[in-house]
Order: sequence, then structure tokens, then C-alpha cells
Amino acid sequence: MQVHEIGKQAALLLLADGRLPAGGYAHSGGLEPAITAGRVTDVAGLERFLIGRTETAGSLAASFAAAACAGSQGGDLSGLPMLEAELDARIPSPELRKVSRDLGRQLRRAMNSIHPHSHFAALGRAPHQPVVMGVAAAVLGLGPREAALAILHENTAGAAAAAAKLMRIDPFEVHAILARMTARLDRLAVKAAEFVNRPFADLPAPGSPLTDIAAEHHRRSDVRLFAS
Amino acid sequence: MYDSSPRRPPKRLAGAMSGRAVLASKLAADGRTSRVETLRSDGPLVLRPCHPKGPEPLTQRRHDIARVALAAGTAGPLGGDRYALDVHVGAGSTLVLSEVSAMLVLPGAEGGHSHMSITVCVENGATFVWWPEPIIAAANCDHRHDVRIALAPNARMVLREEILLGRHGESPGDFTGRLRVTRDGAALYDQQLSFGPSADGWDGAAVVDQGRAVGSIIAVDPDWTDMPPQATPFHKTAALTPLAGPGVAIGAVAPDSLALRRLLTQGLNELGPPWAI
Repeated sequence: MQVHEIGKQAALLLLADGRLPAGGYAHSGGLEPAITAGRVTDVAGLERFLIGRTETAGSLAASFAAAACAGSQGGDLSGLPMLEAELDARIPSPELRKVSRDLGRQLRRAMNSIHPHSHFAALGRAPHQPVVMGVAAAVLGLGPREAALAILHENTAGAAAAAAKLMRIDPFEVHAILARMTARLDRLAVKAAEFVNRPFADLPAPGSPLTDIAAEHHRRSDVRLFAS
Repeated sequence: MYDSSPRRPPKRLAGAMSGRAVLASKLAADGRTSRVETLRSDGPLVLRPCHPKGPEPLTQRRHDIARVALAAGTAGPLGGDRYALDVHVGAGSTLVLSEVSAMLVLPGAEGGHSHMSITVCVENGATFVWWPEPIIAAANCDHRHDVRIALAPNARMVLREEILLGRHGESPGDFTGRLRVTRDGAALYDQQLSFGPSADGWDGAAVVDQGRAVGSIIAVDPDWTDMPPQATPFHKTAALTPLAGPGVAIGAVAPDSLALRRLLTQGLNELGPPWAI
């Protein structure tokens, strides 16, 4: 299928922008659960949290976005159900699987309105967010590395933005962390895109045990600002 | 070949050990008793028939099953060593694999990384109980631990994995462990954990924070296809979570090995009989 391209660099910014109406603002990327558990209390703890999250859940999402992008670039979406199953196996927490699918459903709806394409209709009812991100990147004419970078940025910046609402913290310090992480995000995006020609089973599976555990506690919490 | 993050092949180091041990069980002709069919130790990996070491999920006090313990034939794995263990649980048989002592992963005299690869195949109607002792990633180690388990649709399994980040009071070396479980060829559980001086962010609140012991119990039962156990966060740093297929993962992070063992046992007991110990 002919993929209609829009301006590529601007398309990447569009996808990665937290203001894209795809529901990301309602999530803290596990930061609120970590703060509730008393594990993040200061700027240094926030930076360690964000690095750990980016190296694990962020990298995981990035490699799956890259794989979904590479698969749909050629117009063949037949591998996506298996990709979804591989991602399910890498997320032990049912709550986080649900969050990923909720965000995927919202991203698909947003993209389908903004830039309609038959690929979006071909995705399942509630596809995982990285899979939708990969397909959206391909539809916008972007490649696997850009798909990976978009979701790395969205995930990391989303959690960082939540910090300002959850902690007494100088917003400049939060963005200083993000500035220090830019080279890391670029590096992880390149690494994520290295797996696109390998079997899905070989995709990375970085775990983040405390994130899974805290997510299950968070869902049962009565007082929370963010959904996850 | 399965390898999630390719590394250069190791140069052979003086004194480096390699070994491949093989273990297989089968159902005896009486259709009830499980027997050890193959028991091939190799160098550092010593397999021997054994009696129950303590409480076991699924197979408590049963005498008609195959029980084997893994013992260390030498110290290690050390840097440069490559160990492999292949396990085959034949159709309808029940195999319990335990371990005599913890596995201490150490650096080699000349550096280099060590690798242990374990493959397990569990056939239809078979039950595999893998109840090893902790893996201890000592300071300056450089180890990769790969476990790949293929379950038939009608196989049952329960395993425990415990990883200690350094001996008491020390910082761990580089360690990457991956456990991948497939059922009928489809991924069911796949998790990798990396820590040590070459990894970033693992000591943050998203991964293990201050915890120096991390572990899980994975249980798979085809009977859970329609009705999986409910998610239960039973401790601040431990939760029982149903997987997307008929299995559960009990994950826990703790300050030390005793606390980790307590949390994992508590999680297992949340499942009730016949899993509880």
C-alpha cells in the first residue's frame, strides 16, 4: 500500500508530543506509585527512577514500536498479533498490560482522526501502545528508529511532567534531568531499531520488578492523581 | 539461536571450563511412576538422584516421581566458563529438579564473561518442578544466565528463581539473566534483568531500588486457561500477577535472601493447594 508521507521531522515531533490527545497526560509512567511507596523522595531519586524506567520499560516499548513500524512499512500487518503476544509475555502485571492497551486504543483513535489510514482500522480493538506507535510512525513515513525515539521521548517526558504535580520540585531541575538523558534516548532508539530484522522472540525483554509490583498496589489505591 | 543481546564470542581463557549436562525423565511402563531416563553430568554440573530436600509445591511427599539435584562440581561459573544444562521432561512424567547449594558467580582470574544456558522441554501431561537455590552475583563477575523453557499445551510447571546482587555488603558485578517460557510455541513469560557497573538505572525505584535480592516464582497450569488466579499485591515489594496465558508470576524484591525467600513462599501460598508449601 502506498504510504502517504507528511513532513517527516515535524511528523516525529507530532507523534512524540505529550499534547497529542492520546490520553498520556492521565499517566505518570509509574512515578506516582513509586512516590506513594516512598521510593522516590528527591531529585536524585527521580533521576534514578527515570533512567531505570527508560532503560527497561522505555527500551521495551521502543523495540516493539520499531518492530511494528518495520512490519507495517511494507504494508504487511499479519505479524502484529504475534508481536502483541510477545509484548504481553514481557509485562507480568495485568494492570500494566491494560494501561498499555488503553493508551494504544486512545492513540489509534487519535491518529485515525488526525491522519486516517487503513492500517489503523486493521489493528485489533485494543492494541498495545508501542504497536500503534510503530504503525503510526510508518503511516507518517517515519522509520523504526524514529518510532522508537518517539515512544521513548513520550514515555520519559510524560513521567517527568508528572513529577511537577507529585513532588515539591523545581521544574528546571526536572528538565535538566531530561536534558542529561537526551543522548541516552538517542542511543536506546538506535539499539531498539537493531532488532527489526530478527525474530520477534529475540526482541529484548527488560523487566522492572518494582514497577510491576507498584502498579498493582496503585490500582487498588483510593487516593491517586494519575491512572498509572 | 536465542540471544537477546549479542556479545562477542569469548576468547578462550586459561583454565576456563565448559560443560553440558543432560537430564531427562520418562513415564515408566506402569503408566504411573516417573523415572530418570538420562542423567549425564559434565564437569562442573553434577546431577544426582535425590530425596526431597524440603517442602515442594505440587509433589509433596510423592514417591512415584523422579527427583534430581544439581550440585556444583567446581567453583563457579567463573569468568570464561560456559555451562549448559538441557532438561527434558517426557510425556506424562513428573520431574523435580532441586539444587544442593547456591550458585556463586565469580570473576575469572583473567576476566572474561561466563555464560550459563539452560533449556527445558516439558511434554504433554508432564509436570516440572524446578526448585533451585539462589544465584549470587559476586563483585566483578560478568555473567549471562539464559533460561528457555518450552511447555507443551498440556504441561504443568512451577519454578523459583532467586538472584542476589552481590555477597553480603558488596556491590554486584555485571549480571544479565533472562527467563523465557513458551507454551505451545507462543510466548507466555519473558523477562530479563540486568544489573552491575555496566547497567544503568537498576538501583532506581523503577527496577530494584535498594533491594539486593530479587526473585520470582512462575507457575503454569493448563487448568487456569478459563479461570486464572487473581492479581494479589500481598506486600509492598511483592505481588502475584496472572499472565496473559494460563500462568502466574510472583515477583518480589527484598533486602536479602531470607526476606526474599519468605516473600516468594508467601506468594506461593496465596495460590493454595496443591501449590502451597
